[in-house]
Amino acid sequence: MSIAAKANTLWEYANPRKFLATSERVLPFFWISSLVCLVVGLTWGFFFTPDDYKQGSTVKIIYLHVPASLMAINCWLMMLATSLVWLVRRHHVSALAARAAAPVGIVMTLIALATGAIWGQPMWGTWWAWDPRLTAFLILFLFYLGYVALWEAIEDSDTAADLTSVLCLVGSVFALLSRYAVNFWNQGLHQGASVMRAAAVTGADTEEKVSNIYFYPLLLCIIGFVLLFIALVLYRTGTEIRARRIKALLSRERLNG
Amino acid sequence: MIPDLGKYADAVLWSYAVSLGLLIALFVLSVMRGRKVRAEMEKVENRMMRNG
Repeated sequence: MSIAAKANTLWEYANPRKFLATSERVLPFFWISSLVCLVVGLTWGFFFTPDDYKQGSTVKIIYLHVPASLMAINCWLMMLATSLVWLVRRHHVSALAARAAAPVGIVMTLIALATGAIWGQPMWGTWWAWDPRLTAFLILFLFYLGYVALWEAIEDSDTAADLTSVLCLVGSVFALLSRYAVNFWNQGLHQGASVMRAAAVTGADTEEKVSNIYFYPLLLCIIGFVLLFIALVLYRTGTEIRARRIKALLSRERLNG
Repeated sequence: MIPDLGKYADAVLWSYAVSLGLLIALFVLSVMRGRKVRAEMEKVENRMMRNG
């Protein structure tokens, strides 16, 4: 099958019935595999990895902090992609997928901020600092709250989808800043990337990197968080599609008297 | 059974409690709303079918 034909197949999922049928079929796989990855990864990391020579047992926070931070940023990028699809092609499922993903992003950002503060207190001597990465993450969190509030505030769902899509485009600056802020401003308490850097993992560079003892369970936790995110977004998008159908049916019922 | 976390036990345990609590709450709330909306949709569809 050519790439163009494959892309056309993808648009079939803009049909709510097709989306619901497919998501119901694949959801058990995503629920179960995310649970397995998270249970194995967190158990491995918590019980069977040694303390770090500098950070002591706080290194075990990495198995929650890093995956949640990655998903907080990538959730917004997923919302950006689906918002662009809405703005360009007007597929309702894509706008509803962005809406469904936002609360998941809020929870991921909250976990990243909370575990970061709890980890920062013993390591940096403070719960919070106006460091570029931390500040960008806080602004991203506020953007998530604003995005959800905007959806709730507007009655007409198409107008709400338009305005939240524009908000999503603007907020993408902070999603990217929260990832790359440490590279732009070489200051602040937060360290640079030490996990998802190819040269760090292979040992090709000399900068500080995460040891493989911690990296393998961390990788499993990251995969678990990605699978959980997919499962939650698929499930919640299905709920949003049904809620939209209820609204349409009720207005049709009112019109028919 | 819990490994010796030393002087950082509070920080580690709080991190796990907060994170897992938030994830479980998100899952439970998503499933509860999903079930409620699904039941509501079936109710409305059945009513509309009965009324033609």
